[in-house]
Amino acid sequence: MKKLLVVLLSVLCVLSLAGCSGGSGNGDAGSGDGGTVVKIGGSGPLSGPAAQYGIAVKTGAEIAVEEINALGGLQFELNVLDDEHDGEKAANCYAQLTDWGMDVSMLCVTTGPSLAVADMYQEDGVFAMTPSGSAPDIIAKGDHIFRMCFADPEQGVAAADYIAAKGLGTKVFVFTKSDDEYSTGVAASFKEEAAAKGLEVVGEYLFTSDNATDFPAAQAQEAGAEVVFLPLYYEDDTRIIKACQDLGYNPVFFGVDGFDGALEQEGVDVAMFEGVYYLTPFAYSAPDEATQSFTAKFNEKVGYNPNQFAADGYDVVYAIYNALTAGGATADMAKEELNVIMMEQFKTLSYSGLTGENMTWDASGAVVKAPLVFRIENGALVAAD
Amino acid sequence: MKKIEETLKKLFSNQYRQRTVSYLIVVLAYVIIETAIRTGNISNTIKSLLIPTCSYIVAALALNLLVGYLGDLCLGQAGFMAVGAFFGVVAAAFFAKYISSNVLVLILAIVVGGVLSGACGALIGIPVLKLQGDYLAIVTLAFCQIIKTLLLNLYVGIDSRGLHFSFITDNTNMDPDGVLVIKGAIGANVTKKLSSFTAGVLLILFALFVIYNLINSRHGRAIQACRDNRIAASSVGIPVNKYKLLAFVVSAILTGMAGTLYGLGFSSLKASKFDFNLSILILVYVVLGGLGNMTGTIVSTTLLLVIPEALRAFNDYRMIIYSIVLIAVMLISNNATIMFYLKRCKEYCRKLFPKRRTE
Repeated sequence: MKKLLVVLLSVLCVLSLAGCSGGSGNGDAGSGDGGTVVKIGGSGPLSGPAAQYGIAVKTGAEIAVEEINALGGLQFELNVLDDEHDGEKAANCYAQLTDWGMDVSMLCVTTGPSLAVADMYQEDGVFAMTPSGSAPDIIAKGDHIFRMCFADPEQGVAAADYIAAKGLGTKVFVFTKSDDEYSTGVAASFKEEAAAKGLEVVGEYLFTSDNATDFPAAQAQEAGAEVVFLPLYYEDDTRIIKACQDLGYNPVFFGVDGFDGALEQEGVDVAMFEGVYYLTPFAYSAPDEATQSFTAKFNEKVGYNPNQFAADGYDVVYAIYNALTAGGATADMAKEELNVIMMEQFKTLSYSGLTGENMTWDASGAVVKAPLVFRIENGALVAAD
Repeated sequence: MKKIEETLKKLFSNQYRQRTVSYLIVVLAYVIIETAIRTGNISNTIKSLLIPTCSYIVAALALNLLVGYLGDLCLGQAGFMAVGAFFGVVAAAFFAKYISSNVLVLILAIVVGGVLSGACGALIGIPVLKLQGDYLAIVTLAFCQIIKTLLLNLYVGIDSRGLHFSFITDNTNMDPDGVLVIKGAIGANVTKKLSSFTAGVLLILFALFVIYNLINSRHGRAIQACRDNRIAASSVGIPVNKYKLLAFVVSAILTGMAGTLYGLGFSSLKASKFDFNLSILILVYVVLGGLGNMTGTIVSTTLLLVIPEALRAFNDYRMIIYSIVLIAVMLISNNATIMFYLKRCKEYCRKLFPKRRTE
């Protein structure tokens, strides 16, 4: 009797296992024909230290999908998974999205994970456009891997050009986070362009995420820097600006798009950011109707103002939508067919969204748009001329 | 027939049962999963987990040798894995220029990764293992940090003239045909993903073979004697430091091999992945599986890697549920009542096969 029980139990186990794998097998088969909606997949850090970027992109993309679905034409379904800013997890996310039946992808929010999975998208013939993965290596991984944001080197060049053209100062000090490819990428191109434009980089302070608490602002002051260039994210920017001001040292601070979000920090006096310049393709305070409507919807969803990442996520979904409708795509097409349409459309597509007017894409998958410099005046962003 | 029966009896005797079960579980899992892959009955989610799982299992087994048998706490597993991963990737890119067989390149890369990691193990083991107490844990932790920082600033390129190394800034000065394999903070760029599930399972079997043969040998008994009572061991003439170093280096070699397998399973690799948290994660696998219990380590590693992926349906609550599961498992595995029932289950299973026991 007991023996029988054991045999029965083991048979049950095997059956349930078979059931599991059978189920997922069906899901896999379903991905081929697409179904009635276009499934947009992607991954980003929704938990951990980089979570705000993932959440911003996800929320921005959700708003775009809701708007598009309300139009009644092509219907979208969005699935952004949590990759914890880790390449290994991003690969798992990619596999889950494939099982889910992804048709088109937003790749990943951050650079490292994007690099880890871009060639999987390339191999499997899925169109992917990263909203904010800014390393040039990402789009080099394949011919249907695209990008919505600026590349890191472009930002460094644009910053150096602006500083030189507007005469903000000739002596520049750079703070670089050496374990962050975003920071090192921007800093490297900045230093190169600065030398070419006759700016003098009087010093550079390298730090890592392990010692990002104590900044030797005196080094910059003693070097006589008139401009402090900050190719960093806003948490570090805030600490560095604070450290400088505590010394009574007030150079011109120049940030890049990672500075976005500094004004929304809790418990930080925004007065300290007065006069800071930074590069960003998007400012929520811009008066145009599209930005205002997006800002209102974003605020309603999460209770704070959107940053550049949110706008990137929004724009990626719309760019994909525009390309699909222009190419006459239907929801029942397979991902490979959609990819062919997208690659064809993006050769000629011109899209105006939140992060730029008349954006086009070159053959490498890089976006062509003009970087904008903003200045903080009276706690608000003002376009600097 | 009699011979087969005798072999079986020997394999399941007290001396050999543990290792037989370990090997059997690995081989069985391999056969089941490989059949599923061949027949197309497997989801992409599971497929993508296979290679990392194999790597983590090998790293956890190697750590279990240290924690379970040597009795020393090592928090540098991530560092050894990083050495194996990055230099394995470089070695693979280098050998791929001269050798066309992927399998051979993978084997050579794994050997290089293992040897370099073992060398690092010896380098820090020689001064540190002479110390007693928790110093090893702290020093290996520091080692892990150092390796991470070094790799973040390392540039390695390959061109027709060979390998080029540079540090902090990219001064590799390669020929135009050169390719940067490691690019500082961006990490390693894997040109060809060579790792396969089969290679992973073979590496697990190799690790099991090495560990079981080591701990059941004269050296292994000496290692355990050092763990149980260092003074008593040295009083009977066992060179404690030598045996500690032996275990430490073997563990480092296996971890390096696991790192190479891991590195060649992804198309890009960041040094910041190999931080302190990864070491702790591997330690959790070992503790959960049971100190000195290799089968337990294999099972717990697999479970703890699969659970977070299986919980994706819970969205925002995923990590909370994962932590709760972790706490629950830790409590249950230490609960006397539940262990009592488990023991009864075991006895019951033995009664099912009375022949083998009575013969």
